[in-house]
Order: sequence, then structure tokens, then C-alpha cells
Amino acid sequence: MAAVFQGLGAATALSVSNSLDSRKFLVSSRKSLSERKASFLVVRSDGRVVPRSNARGRRAEQLITNAVATKPDSSAASTTSKPGHELLLFEALREGLEEEMDRDPHVCVMGEDVGHYGGSYKVTKGLADKYGDLRVLDTPIAENSFTGMGIGAAMTGLRPIIEGMNMGFLLLAFNQISNNCGMLHYTSGGQFKIPVVIRGPGGVGRQLGAEHSQRLESYFQSIPGIQMVACSTPYNAKGLMKAAIRSENPVILFEHVLLYNLKERIPDEEYICSLEEAEMVRPGEHVTILTYSRMRYHVMQAAKTLVNKGYDPEVIDIRSLKPFDLYTIGNSVKKTHRVLIVEECMRTGGIGASLTAAITENFHDYLDAPIVCLSSQDVPTPYAGTLEEWTVVQPAQIVTAVEKLCQ
Amino acid sequence: MSFATTKFAHPIPLSTTAARSNDHKPFLDPFKATRFLGSTHKFRFHPLTNSNHINIHRRSAVVAVSDVLKAKKPKSTSNLLITKEEGLELYEDMVLGRAFEDMCAQMYYRGKMFGFVHLYNGQEAVSTGFIKLLKKEDCVASTYRDHVHALSKGVSARAVMSELFGKTTGCCRGQGGSMHMFSSEHNVLGGFAFIGEGIPVATGAAFTSKYRREVLKEADCDHVTVAFFGDGTCNNGQFFECLNMAALWKLPIVFVVENNLWAIGMSHLRATSDPEIWKKGPAFGMPGVHVDGMDVLKVREVAKEAIGRARRGEGPTLVECETYRFRGHSLADPDELRDPAEKAHYATRDPITALKKYMFENNLVSEPELKAIEKKIDEVVEEAVEFADESPHPGRSQLLENVFADPKGFGIGPDGRYRCEDPKFTEGTAHV
Repeated sequence: MAAVFQGLGAATALSVSNSLDSRKFLVSSRKSLSERKASFLVVRSDGRVVPRSNARGRRAEQLITNAVATKPDSSAASTTSKPGHELLLFEALREGLEEEMDRDPHVCVMGEDVGHYGGSYKVTKGLADKYGDLRVLDTPIAENSFTGMGIGAAMTGLRPIIEGMNMGFLLLAFNQISNNCGMLHYTSGGQFKIPVVIRGPGGVGRQLGAEHSQRLESYFQSIPGIQMVACSTPYNAKGLMKAAIRSENPVILFEHVLLYNLKERIPDEEYICSLEEAEMVRPGEHVTILTYSRMRYHVMQAAKTLVNKGYDPEVIDIRSLKPFDLYTIGNSVKKTHRVLIVEECMRTGGIGASLTAAITENFHDYLDAPIVCLSSQDVPTPYAGTLEEWTVVQPAQIVTAVEKLCQ
Repeated sequence: MSFATTKFAHPIPLSTTAARSNDHKPFLDPFKATRFLGSTHKFRFHPLTNSNHINIHRRSAVVAVSDVLKAKKPKSTSNLLITKEEGLELYEDMVLGRAFEDMCAQMYYRGKMFGFVHLYNGQEAVSTGFIKLLKKEDCVASTYRDHVHALSKGVSARAVMSELFGKTTGCCRGQGGSMHMFSSEHNVLGGFAFIGEGIPVATGAAFTSKYRREVLKEADCDHVTVAFFGDGTCNNGQFFECLNMAALWKLPIVFVVENNLWAIGMSHLRATSDPEIWKKGPAFGMPGVHVDGMDVLKVREVAKEAIGRARRGEGPTLVECETYRFRGHSLADPDELRDPAEKAHYATRDPITALKKYMFENNLVSEPELKAIEKKIDEVVEEAVEFADESPHPGRSQLLENVFADPKGFGIGPDGRYRCEDPKFTEGTAHV
């Protein structure tokens, strides 16, 4: 791919909104793991020139307004590459998985019903036929043990992807995830690495009941030695899946039950997304809205209303739940001076709570108002539809919160 | 169950052992033992009647071996279980384990090591019996009582002692400690503080071995994994879950139960509905074997068969070694609950003494040769202590290393750079 050099004149604007420009090609993440070269360079405000992932600005033109199957925004910038192909989010995950399994024979999958059944959300459909029963392993219902088995396999040279049929089931694997996954690299003095990917659907669905509607990111966030990412679009789902598999660190990839059928056109060329970076969804001036996973769509829905009311929200999908991309977030806070966090975690001890602390600690001087964090109620998710709706943050609440924040 | 020295019976016919359990009561009927109150109460131990009673049943698991050992007359070497070289190797390994652990106790009480330290005295036959049959590429996973497993597998005494002292020259750079002995060079997979945690990891290593052979087509990959754990672990879910998976996929693994009858202060009989752990193997479709874990030669015979099975791709084996720890659970355990008579009984079955006796009776070695080994080991252990003493403590810069294999995992800081690029990171003073 040709390198495209951005003009020096746009130095400050570049760091956040460079990608608004056209020709967003596909780049490998900042430390290029793959053979792809960066397709454009970024001039930072201090004059340094660095290759840059385009993931940050990619979503700028594509405003996805609801959480079910949607068509891509037709005003997406035209590219000189092939137009790409359309698929659903679960297919994007599968595509990423398949590409990595083709690329490296040490990559394998293990979990309940991932093989013959194709995965409870069809993410691994067809893979067992292609790669065999050992590479796509149907495990018995023993989360703690098969997660530990994946960790032992990773220590001895394989690169397993461990699926929790529902993220909530991984509570049974907490022993292995906390003690071994997170800590073994350290307690062994760096002798063994654990390149596992632990993934699965979580979040509040449609009346799935309390136990199937859990948000495990808040429970896992304190575990040292792991990274957590949450995908929200087919594009970043595939990119994050690939990046997670290639990472030498243990990565927990959070998917959302309601987002599997999102449709989007993604590039044909190979790409990965950076595990540590956030995604600029909609640049703006008045308020920074930080969100991830399904709440991104509630936020974008609220954004439509807010735009009509004359507000200009900046929406960032933080994507990396641990560690936080404080650069992207910080630049946004420095610009807008107001922060609203919208998340699906419970109020107590969720990602939003940590994010509030991190922003306050690092960017306190830039804030014109206290940070507002909208989270789910500290309530076990009820079965009844009406009650369930009231436990999670709805677009109307987001609109109200922004209005209040911007007074 | 009965097995001939060459192969194990297929799991299904093992149900014939049920006949034996019908006519034999466990050596102490737990329901009659409700009077147990403390160490003075003879809870499980009846020296004369039951040990023979036990031994009859337990020895039947290893018939041919015990017959050989019973004979007092020296035999021609072709009938012996070991050659002289093997005998010396086993002896040296057990003496190393014993001397090392004794030195650990000394060092602990002198304030050179801290925390929880669990010593292996008395159980050396199990470690030596199994691990000395393994290749370097075979893996071992253990529990917190792991010093001797690491030593038997080949980790140097210096590296282990330094690790215990928390020095940077330790096998885990001082970051693991007593309960986390790892060695990628010698394929020691740990060292785990929570019981049962290491069993799935061992199962994973066995899975990798099978994967290499069948998916990666490394036809000569026959690496075996041996997982060591205790009687307390055998009531834990991870144990059962892994027995199931290992048997299901015929993984090349051997599950070795070091049944020393006590889980800290909990007697195995008070915690377990059916205390005969070896029986749980056939329930999952693998052979279950019981062996006298105080006799290194018996353990070695069983180990040969179990490891051989795994190498040939015939699947896992569950081996219950009846053994005993001479010291408390850890150096912090006052060890008041165990009956002194019980301890005295097992002291007479000291595995090192037993091997020595066997070798003398069969004219395999002479006294000076063994003395030479003991002296050599003393020097090795002394040297290990000196080395550890002189090694440096970890510096501040080590704090943040090894948290992630790829330190980009610490993320991007407010200034736009990856935190690991911050110079303070290598100094260990960066705020992550």
C-alpha cells in the first residue's frame, strides 16, 4: 500500500481527527505484527512522524444508530481499494478467527459446543469441519478445568482461544483466570507466557434472566497481567479478534449478545485493530461521551437527538477496557472539558467507576464539570421486559444527562 | 486391582476389585470413629493389625515387586529391580531432596526465607520414583510442596534456594517464592498455591503433546506430563474434571496422588467419603493403582508402567502413593494433631533408609560410596545457600517486568506514548 503523508499544517488536529480524511486504508497496529505496512503516517503535534493505526478515525463516517442489523452509511469515503464485503458481527469474528487459524497452526479453539454445534452464537460454525475436532475442541462442561487446560496448553506452546458460552459461565473459571492466566507470567519470572484469548458473549440481552446477563468486565478488571477489550462493530470485532490472538498477553475479548447480528461492510484486505487504543466514533466539541459495547448504540441514538437539539457530542468507544487509552480520552477531555460515561456495568465497581477515577486523576484540571457516569442499576437483571429496560441506560437518559452537563 | 508388571488391566474389568472392597472394611470404619477429638486419640492408627491388613490389599496391587523385595537372600543382578547406577542415582536424588528440605527449615528459622514453606521430608520416594524416569521434555506440575519436584526434574539447588531467599538469581527471579517453582528449561510447570490449580495446567500440557502429534504432525512427540497433588485435592472439582477430560481424550498424563493422609489438620478419612483414591480412576475410565509411596522401587515400577502407557498413547493413569510427611504441613504448622505413634511408624519406613537397606542387602553398593554421595550433597546444599546469600535482592526496576509478556499491555499514557516506553518504567517507578 502506498504511504500517504499528511501535511504538517494540520498538526494539532491530526492527533484526534486525522482520520477524518479520506483514504483510510488498513494498517496493522502500531507495533506492526503483520507484514502489512502502515498505510499512512501521522504527524504529531510535536512534529514527530509515526505510523498510525487508522482505527481511531475509522468510525467517523459511519454512525450506527441502533443495535440491530443496519446498513452502512453510504457516505463512507471511497477508497481506491476494493469495496470490501458485508457481513454480520459473528461472521466477522469467525473470519478473524479463521484467518488466524490458517496463519498459525498453533491457534486452536476450546469451549462448550464450539465444534460440532458451531458455537452457541455460531462464531465457530464450520471450523471443526475444516480444522478437525482437536483444533476446535468440544469440551465437557467444566469451565475452571478447561480454562486451566487452555492455560497449560499456552504455557507449552499453543495459542488457545477459550470460549465461555456465556461470559457469566467464566465466573466458574475465575480461579484459573485470576491466578494462572493473569499471574503465571510474573510468578514464573517471565519463563512462561500465556497467549490465550478468552472470549464470549456477555451483557444484558433480551430477557435472558439475571445469571445470563452479567457484565464480567467489572469483576476481571483488577486482575493484573491481563488485557480486556470489548468489540462493538463487525470491523473492530474482526480486528480485535486477530490482534488478541496475535498478542503474547492473555486477552479477554468481551462480545455482546445483542450485537452479533450487526451488519457492516468491512475491508477485504487483512487488518488488525490495536488492543490498547480507543475508537473515535463521532468527533465533537461540547461533551465527551465515553462508552463501549452495546451502549455505543444507545449513545449514538441519543447523539442523533442531541444533534437535533444543537449539541455536538464527541463519542469515543473506549474499546480497551484494561488498560484505558488515556491519550485519546485525555485529548478529548482537554477539548470538551465535560465527560459523560455511559456503560452497561453496574454502578458499583464497574468500568465506569475506574474510568472516572482515572480521568479525575489525570485530567482534573481540564474538567469544567464533575464527571457523570451512567451505569446499570445495582440490581440483578430482572426477567420482565419492562424492568429489564429500566436497569440499563436508555438513550433518553443519555440525552438528559448531556443537557444537564452542558448547562 | 491387580496388574502384572508389564501392563495394567483394562479399566472395565477393574470392577472385579469391587469384590475385594465388599469383604474388606476400610482400616478404620469412619462411623465408629466419631470419638476422634485430638491427637491423643488413636483415630486411624492401629499399628499391628491394620498395617498388615492394609499391606495385604495394597501389596496385591504390585504383586511381583513385593515378592522380590521380601526375599532376604541377595540375588543375582538380573533379578534386581535396579542396577547399581540407577540405585546411586535414586539415592542421590532422595538425599538431595531430604538435605535440601532440612536446610530450608534451618534457613527459615534463621529468617532467610519467609511466608509459607511446605517441606517434602518423607515423601522423596514419590518424586524420585517418578521424575527420574522422565525425559527433559516431559512436564511436571506440582503444588506448593514443590521444591523437591523441581530438584528431581533438574532445576539446580542454587536456583531453588535463591528463589526461596527471594533473590533475583532464583529460578523465578525471586518473584514466585516457595510455592511457585517454575522452569521452562526443565519443563517444571509450577508450583501452585491453590490446590487443584495445577491439575488443569498439567492436563493442558498433555493436550499440547497430543496436539503436536496429531495436528502439527510431529510424529515423534511423545512427551508425558506428570501431575502431583495431595489427598486433599482429590475432593476438589478440578481433580474430577481433569480425570474426565484426560481419559476422554486419552491424554498422555499421569495423575500422581501423594496421599500423606493429612491436609494441614484435616485427616483424609474425615474429609473423604471413600478414602481409597485409586478407585476413582476406573470411575472415569482409567486404571487406578495404589502403591506404597515410602518405597522408591515400588513407586518406580508403577511409574514405569504408567509413564509407558502415556507415551504409547494409551491414555492417563491415576496412581495413589501412600506416603507421609515427617514434618508439619508447613513450617508454620505446629503439627499437634497427628498421633506420635503414627509418625513413629512412618519414620521406620523412611524411603532413604529403605533404599539403602535394599542396596546393601543385594550387594549393589558399599557404605563408602553412599557416604560419598551424602557428603557431595551436603556440599551442594551448602553451596546453594552461599550462592543464595550472596545473590542480590531484586532491584526496583524488576517490579514492572514480567507482568506482561508484551509490556504494551500497560497501555497508552496521557502523553500518547505506551507506558512501557516511559523511562521510569524500566526503573520500576512508573505509575501504571
